[in-house]
Amino acid sequence: MTDRHGRSRSTWADVVLLLIGACFLLPLLWLVLGSLDPAAGHETRIPEQAGLGNFAAVFTPELLFRPLWNSLLLSTGTGVVTLVAAVLAAYPLSRYRSRFNTPFMSAILFGTCLPVTAIMVPVYGLFVQLRLLDSMPATVLFLAATSLPMAIWMTTNFMDAVPVALEEAAWVDGASRLSGLRSIVLPLMGPGLGVVFIFVFIQAWGNFFVPFVLLLSEANQPAAVSIFSFFGQHGAVAYGQLAAFSILYSVPVLALYVIVARGSGNALPLAGAVRG
Amino acid sequence: MAAHHSDRQVLRYLPVLPAVVLLAVFLAGPVVWAFHASLTNAGLTGRHARNPEWVGLENYQRLLQDPAFPLSVVLTVLFVAGSAIAGQNVLGMALAVLMRRARPAVSATVGTAVVAAWVLPEIVAAFAAYAFFSRDGTFNQLLGAFGLAETDWLYAVPMVAVILANTWRGTAFSMLVYRAALNGVPAELTEAAQMDGAGAWQRLVFITLPVIRGSIATNLMLVTLQTLAVFTLIWVMTAGGPANGSTTLPVLAYQEAFKFGDIGYGTAVAVVLILIGAVFGLAYLRLLREQKP
Repeated sequence: MTDRHGRSRSTWADVVLLLIGACFLLPLLWLVLGSLDPAAGHETRIPEQAGLGNFAAVFTPELLFRPLWNSLLLSTGTGVVTLVAAVLAAYPLSRYRSRFNTPFMSAILFGTCLPVTAIMVPVYGLFVQLRLLDSMPATVLFLAATSLPMAIWMTTNFMDAVPVALEEAAWVDGASRLSGLRSIVLPLMGPGLGVVFIFVFIQAWGNFFVPFVLLLSEANQPAAVSIFSFFGQHGAVAYGQLAAFSILYSVPVLALYVIVARGSGNALPLAGAVRG
Repeated sequence: MAAHHSDRQVLRYLPVLPAVVLLAVFLAGPVVWAFHASLTNAGLTGRHARNPEWVGLENYQRLLQDPAFPLSVVLTVLFVAGSAIAGQNVLGMALAVLMRRARPAVSATVGTAVVAAWVLPEIVAAFAAYAFFSRDGTFNQLLGAFGLAETDWLYAVPMVAVILANTWRGTAFSMLVYRAALNGVPAELTEAAQMDGAGAWQRLVFITLPVIRGSIATNLMLVTLQTLAVFTLIWVMTAGGPANGSTTLPVLAYQEAFKFGDIGYGTAVAVVLILIGAVFGLAYLRLLREQKP
């Protein structure tokens, strides 16, 4: 079989791909089946009495709503702080030519290479010294700092794509730099900014290690950390509820990813990292 | 005139300030602090938490004598080589190549399955992998169906389990990078080779791979860095055990600092990890410079 580009399609490629794809789905099978099984354990099995009991059991303020609300606060806060700082930084980097630009962008790119797990011990030390442990705003600022290098890189690329000529026309009409940025540049790069925001949001939503180290009280913990409450005091684990909670916690970011992938042909979040 | 010019220059760059402050306080600050703290006996609680003393290179000397440290360096190398370079990179490439030959519906479906494991929050992926490899988990159920002896993967071969799990979790990144790279290979090149009688394998090895070698190098660098930093997956699946059998450097740093309360010593481990990251980061910058036309 040949497609319109003259490439041959082969059945063996289909078969091999489907086998690999099945291997990738297998570990997720437990999550889905376990969430519907009131007597779930480690093993994957068809539930004898499938039902939504596990979902009903986790639908409480303490187990579900507060952790998800905390996740939402953390992720939205991180997204907003990152985006504002990234847009402000991207403007001069994109619009002015200076000796300062290349070293700054290189330093930023170098920053994306820092293994964040390696700095969690020193960050904990810093938070102790500054008495910022268990503070949501401080955690938001730290998460924003970790996503800033990539966000600045992506935002600058998006802003470079907006022609300066459009702004110049506005300046001739008497608009200031700031109003030019607000009324001309930002609307044109709106989809790109959306991608950056969602990308940062997804990362913050899924981050476990940072809130695990920096947010101590139950009232502040996001879903990534509160998930441990399904491990009972005496080693008993509510596996069915753990699976149900995992699904409810994952759905928002899966949905957001689909939106980004639809809008950007799947590869955009990587563009900054790989094309350089 | 010159002074006036540079004043304006500084003012123009004022908007960069919030980003620079955030990066300085929360990223550069901790890195500098880490180098300092690794030379002290700072503790999590008690006397050493309030008044850490300067101990010079004592923590680093202790690292070299501690049998757990060389073991965790070896395990980190194994983890990166196994799950990033061999696992994610090779499997990602294979998927990208196969997807060009398969039917569009098949490659879209399989692509979604691969990406799902990657987009899932890391703690959920870690629990799923833990359940998959546990003694009565899906993996053993499958092996049992083929009449194979069951192994308690997480205890008997913890590194194999976490390497497979991290390959499952991270392959999507390489797959997306290689799909984009393969789409950028000029069709005339491979067509010309085909005319000259080159088979599919020869075209891949002698035409396609050399053309996309820049993407391959960049991808190897990035997956190595991402894998060096993996903590949650290992911590949930094995907690570094049994008997330090899967304690990579991030897990070791966490254990020393938070479980044993020895911030100074744990930070020394973190500094080693930061230095390894810095070496790869510099190599990455060089690579990108060479790629620029």
